[in-house]
Parts: sequence; C-alpha cells; structure tokens
Amino acid sequence: MAVLTRPRTGRAGYLPYLLPAAVLFVAVIAVPLAMNIGISFTRWQGVGSPDWVGLDQYRTLFADETFWVSFGNNLALVVAMAVLPTLFGLLLATALFDVVGKRYARTTTALRAAFYLPQVLPAVVAGVVWGWILHPEYGSANALLRFLGLESWTQNWLGDERTALLSVMGVLVWIQLGYPLVIFLAGLQRIDPQLHEAAALDGASWWQRLWAVTVPQLRPEIFVVLLTCTIASLKSFDKIFVLTRGGPGGSTNTPAYFSFQNFFEKTNVGYGAAIATVLTVLILGLTFLFLRAQNRSDG
Amino acid sequence: MSLRRGLVLGVLVVLAVVMLFPFLLVLLNALKSPADYTANGPLGLPESLYLQGIVDFWERVDFGLKLTNSTVIAGSVSVLAVLVSILTAYALGIGRVRGRVWIVAVFLLANLMPQEALVYPLYFLAKEADLYDTKLAVIIIFTAVQSAFGTYLLSSVLSTFPRELVEAARIDGAGRWQILWRVVVPICWPTLSVLLVFFFIWTWNEFFIPMIMLVSNDNQTVPVALGVLQGQRLMDATAQSASALLGILPAVVFFLIFQRTLTRGIAVGAIK
Repeated sequence: MAVLTRPRTGRAGYLPYLLPAAVLFVAVIAVPLAMNIGISFTRWQGVGSPDWVGLDQYRTLFADETFWVSFGNNLALVVAMAVLPTLFGLLLATALFDVVGKRYARTTTALRAAFYLPQVLPAVVAGVVWGWILHPEYGSANALLRFLGLESWTQNWLGDERTALLSVMGVLVWIQLGYPLVIFLAGLQRIDPQLHEAAALDGASWWQRLWAVTVPQLRPEIFVVLLTCTIASLKSFDKIFVLTRGGPGGSTNTPAYFSFQNFFEKTNVGYGAAIATVLTVLILGLTFLFLRAQNRSDG
Repeated sequence: MSLRRGLVLGVLVVLAVVMLFPFLLVLLNALKSPADYTANGPLGLPESLYLQGIVDFWERVDFGLKLTNSTVIAGSVSVLAVLVSILTAYALGIGRVRGRVWIVAVFLLANLMPQEALVYPLYFLAKEADLYDTKLAVIIIFTAVQSAFGTYLLSSVLSTFPRELVEAARIDGAGRWQILWRVVVPICWPTLSVLLVFFFIWTWNEFFIPMIMLVSNDNQTVPVALGVLQGQRLMDATAQSASALLGILPAVVFFLIFQRTLTRGIAVGAIK
C-alpha cells in the first residue's frame, strides 16, 4: 500500500541515516573481526610482518591441554552464571511475587533492589570486594570462620587449586542472581492469576504450580536469561583478571582470559587470535541453537 | 497460612541481608584505621571514624581524575550511541529500507561478538591511527558497540510506530529530518532515556578494552585504575577496602538515581 502512495525513491532517501552506523560498524567490528580471523592463520609477535602458517594455530589449539582445561572451567562458569542464577532466580522471584507481592509493594522493591545491587557494580569492583573478603590472611571469610570456631575450615580461597574455581563460581552467583530475578518478576506480572487459581482448585501444591504453570508461562524469559547469561559467561575476562588471573596453575583460566594472555603477555598474537576466533564461533553457534530451540517450542 | 508466609518472608529477608553483607563489610572497614584492622580484624565495628585510608587511596590513584575520565567517556558514548541508534533505527523501522531484516541481523550479530575477537586489531589500528591511549579511541569503540544493541532494540520499537503520525506530519509538509526530531524522537523518548542510562552504566563498567587502550594514568577510567591495582596485588587490607568503597559508591549513586529506569529497562530489553 505504502508503495502506491510513495515514489520508489522514498526508501532510498533514508539511506544517509544509515551512514554513521555503517562507518562505525565497518571500522570497529567488521574490519577488526576479519583481521582477527586473518591473524589466526599466521604466527606473529605483534611487530614485523606475520608469517602465514595456515591452520597450524588451530591444530596446536585443539591439542593444547591448557585450552581444554580453560574450556572445561568455562562450563563451570556457565553453571555459575546461567544455570544456578536461573534456578535460584526463579525460586526467589516466585516466592517474592506470591508471598510479598503487590500487597507490600515497598518490601518487594526493597528486596529486589538488594538482590539486584551487585549487578550494577562494575565486575572489576565486585572482584576487588571479593578478592579482599576471600584474602587468606586478612579476609573476612576466614575471620568469620575463626570467629565461629571453625579454624580448620579456613582456606586460601582463591589461591588454592582445590577451592579457586568454586570460590570464583560463588562470586559469580552473587553478581548474577539479580538479573534473572528482575526479569522473572517482570514476567510474573504477565501471567493470568486465573491459571494459578484453577491449578490450586485442582489441588496442586505450590511446587506443582511452579512447575506446571509458572515455568511454562515464563518460558520466553527463561530462554532469554539462559542465552544472555551463557554468552556473558563465555566473555568472562574482567572477573577472572581481578580475582585470580587464571590461576593458581590455570585452575580458573577461561578461553577469554587465555586469549588475552597470548595477545598481550606472551605476544603470541596468532595463537590468541585463533582462541578468540574459536570463542566467536562458539558464541554464534550457541545463539543459533538457542534461537532455533526457542522457535521450535513457540511453534 | 500466615505462618508460612512469615517464614518465606523471613528467608527472603535473610538472603537479602546476605547479598548486602559484602557492601556492609566494605563500608565498615573502609572507615577503620590500619591499626584497628590489624588488632580487631575485619568483622568488628570501627573504634573510631577513620577517613585517612580513603583520602590516601583517593590521592594515590588520583581518583577525581579517574571519575572525570569515566564520566567523559561514558557520557559521550551514551549520547553518541543513542544518536547513532535512532538514526539507523529510523531508516530501518520507519524508512523500511530494503534489506532491513538482514541489516538488523548483522547488528544483532555485532552485539554478540566477544571483545576478545576485536581487541588486538583495534589495538593495532588505534596505534596506526594515533588514537592509542586516547579517550577518543574508547569513545569511538563503545559508541559502535552500544549502538549495535540500540539499533537492534529501537528498530523493533519503531517498526510498530503509528504510521498515521508519520503520514500526517508528511502531509503537513514536514521532511524526513523534521519528522525524526519533531515526531519520532519525542514519542520514543521513554525508550531513548532508558537506552541513555544503560549505555552510560554499561560503558562506565567496561574494563577489558579500556584497560588495553588506556595505559597512561591521565586517561584511565575508574574500573581500569582499580582493576589494574588489584591485579598487581599491591594493596594492603585498608587500601583494598577503600578501593572497594570508592568503586561501589558511583554505582550505588547511579542505582539510586536510575532505579526505576533500570528495572523498567531490563524488562523491556530482555523481551524485545
């Protein structure tokens, strides 16, 4: 219809509006991404001219145990940033909505704010806070255990291979929890209360209603939260940098941090680029699978 | 019934206190003298109010300058990225430019790119262009990154924009540029203001690329200064709690000012 009332040049007249974004996109994203892929086929110290080595970096990468360990660590971070916050967020949001809910709007707002506050902190600052709390000598965590008479439970939380990854996971849950909580609270407002009333009349318990009514109704939100949190966990650089620098002994290394080490600490730029390229492919692949699963469940 | 309600409420309150406990610890210890800290540990109340630790840390990192740098960078990025986003989204959502679905998809992909896959070429290109270690480099990079998200969000908002309004303005003789500023922007202002706030906070919180790009003390942002110091493991207990407090305060201020916008925005952004 619009085509009939407007000459064909009408659309073309909007093209200049795309110019700033196009220039920025090409300069900041497209060209660097292409360069990164190109660099990944070379051996390069960052100065001089890169040596073309074909797929060598990728062959080394897939045989590199450090990479696979960092990849495994990242799966743990997916649990800490996506799976656990989604589960806890769902429970907390439903409890908050059902029990406190609209009758005590101020209490709900205050509680929601308390859970959400860590989300607005720069990740680095959260890292400074927890690096200090978990410090083996002067940290509050060990001080609290000593105060409770649990001297033997004290740990070098971030400095011991046995506890470092778990400690990082704990910090990430603390950081991340508020995000699904807020999303789910917003989603719960949308659910028709009659669904819950009908289920309650049929004798469904709170847990049964959570599983049979709330979870299916919140499916779009759960999808979004799982996808965005999984991607965010694959981009875990800053938290690792401030908390553990990938240590001790690589026990908290992630592909994102591993690529940084190769780029800027070992100046093994070609290898860093290969890791970053694999990470990109992984993120795009995951997004594709998620979106397909979501479309399928919608249809 | 009400007993159970009370119990659940009790558990929720306890959990909320646990979430806030780290903030309380930071506040207590940032106001404690090193001697007090050594003698009584991190859990006790301060014996007296001691502000020297914060003052010392402030001067050590030149925190005022870092706040200015962060504000300049995050402020410029949020304004520029909203401008770029609205221009692009106007062409895509209202102009219905050919191939718009593909263009939006490309911006969505751009939004997913890990910074690790861009950082080295950006570092290299910034050096070539004499932009390395300048705030401008970081402003350009994050304007691009944030406007990729903004374009994606706004073009879906604008694709449902009431066309009668655009047509009416056109009949009144308004050109594209006037329609954008007199009709579209005022009506979309609530969404634009959410984006402004988000872009500001996201950019403020960025660490990786700013750390790579901004090596001199004069250009560093708050997270870069604090993160690099923490990474070097050169702080004692008092300095660390002062550092944590100074890092937390701006975030809490933004949170209190923008709380409504934030919670509204997260819900909008997530579902679009």
